[in-house]
Amino acid sequence: MIAVAQPVVELVRASKRYGSVEAVRGIDLSVPEGEMIAILGPNGAGKTTAISLMLGLRRATSGEARLFGLDPSDRRARSRCGVMLQESGINDVLKVREIVDLFRSYYPHPMPADRALGLAGLADQADRQIGHLSGGQRQRLYYALAICGDPDVIFLDEPTVGMDVEARRAFLESIREFFREGKTILLTTHYLEEADQLAERVVVIDHGTIIADSTPAQIKARVAGKRVRFTSGRTLTPTDFAALPLSHLQIDGDRVTLLSNDPEEVLRALFSDGVSLRDLEVVGADLEEAVIALTARSPQKESA
Amino acid sequence: MSAAATRPLETAPIGQMIVSQVGSVLTTYRRMPGFVAISMGLPIMFFVFFGIPSIGQRTANGTSLGSYFLASLGAYAVSNVVVYNVGIGVATQRARKFDLLQRATPLPPFIAVLGNVVGGLALSLASLIGLFLVAAIAGVRMPAITWLILLGWLVLGSLPMLGLGLTIGYGASRNSAPALASLVYLPLAFASGLFVPLDHFPAFLRGIAPYLPLYHSGQLGWITVGAGNESLVTAILWVAGWSIVLLALAARAYRRDAMRKFA
Repeated sequence: MIAVAQPVVELVRASKRYGSVEAVRGIDLSVPEGEMIAILGPNGAGKTTAISLMLGLRRATSGEARLFGLDPSDRRARSRCGVMLQESGINDVLKVREIVDLFRSYYPHPMPADRALGLAGLADQADRQIGHLSGGQRQRLYYALAICGDPDVIFLDEPTVGMDVEARRAFLESIREFFREGKTILLTTHYLEEADQLAERVVVIDHGTIIADSTPAQIKARVAGKRVRFTSGRTLTPTDFAALPLSHLQIDGDRVTLLSNDPEEVLRALFSDGVSLRDLEVVGADLEEAVIALTARSPQKESA
Repeated sequence: MSAAATRPLETAPIGQMIVSQVGSVLTTYRRMPGFVAISMGLPIMFFVFFGIPSIGQRTANGTSLGSYFLASLGAYAVSNVVVYNVGIGVATQRARKFDLLQRATPLPPFIAVLGNVVGGLALSLASLIGLFLVAAIAGVRMPAITWLILLGWLVLGSLPMLGLGLTIGYGASRNSAPALASLVYLPLAFASGLFVPLDHFPAFLRGIAPYLPLYHSGQLGWITVGAGNESLVTAILWVAGWSIVLLALAARAYRRDAMRKFA
């Protein structure tokens, strides 16, 4: 058998325009089987639109989206795909097991309901009405619905919103377990340490384009910066930092936050300008700041 | 070589999806007794108020007034269910964005619609059976076959209002759906003579009635109990015509909703 690696999910120069707004601009993305990929980016960056294109919930204005090599709205493709969307609501009066059974009936080879409930950590809630679930349990129910068809790929849009720390930890472990079975997982998240812990590949989207696509470590290395935060003795303006090696600058009254690869040089320059600093804090940038730094730079990139 | 790449492309059987989809709609109704009781209870209540006291009386052409009111309120009952329960039910699903999640599954969209339609029709059948039981206990007497024919015509007579219910469901928001349903349906039922016989109406209302869908749905029932004002064929043609118009309107509302979300 020839093992031509057909990507599970593919966007080819895909663009999506809503009226005058171009939400996604010519994205190329290919997700091979068995990969765990996190899509990051600020609100309104185009993440949800990109996922909608991959799922066939939206049609690309130009370019193409493919799921298992098929049109994403093809039922044969969807039969191998599970989805957890943001802010979807379910009929409150159904019981947990009933809605899981309903969704299982949509798939040709679903997993046993008890297994889906177990993986989602809902075994004890199987006979409760959905209206009586907590926010975190509801979120896990959506996860159970995403996996109950035993799909080869799952799309998780902001999966851990509304979960407490313990629930989140258990939930991430469940995703890992599903991943270890060779499943492809694509998630968006606001909690960047989540992406850092889970994903082997991070795609950063901003203004509808992909501005970074590599491992979390490489993305952090690209910024490789330190976060410097201080209170200044006099009000500073961006011109005070014009010649300095910064990747991000935020001035909030006398409170300044910046990201830099060379914090020593920045501080030396500020001291020699006679700026007095209080509450100085220099820490390593995390993935979140790396993304902030990347997305803050992206407008210049667009003009290229 | 991976397991996923060798897995054949398959889909679940359509029949299995329809059964579970309809089942979940019916379970939902069963768990919302308040919502359902209003739909089923109002026609029975009206029958107790208007029908029972006049069971012994007869119309000019000899039909028992009890049978007459049973036919009127039966037409009201079935349509009541498809306008309120289907209309508000669908609008609620849309407001919760459940339709969005379902759309991302392999479920063909028409089965989601079918589930609501069949569930609604099953509920209207249940409301009719409830009404029939009350009528039979109260002393309405008809040949067994007449009861059955009446049941059949009344359910078919709800098709135009099913179109109205679906139009409201796919066209209106969750907040405006109940008001819109009442605003359109109640005057329509009244002007069609389902609450008060038309000969008690002023002339201009009597002039409007023959153009209204529910008037002819009512006629299907009245003709069955021997109190109709038009031929069965005329009633069927009017009901079919209105069904086409209102179901087409529903299809338009459905497509507009789908275009907005899924284009």
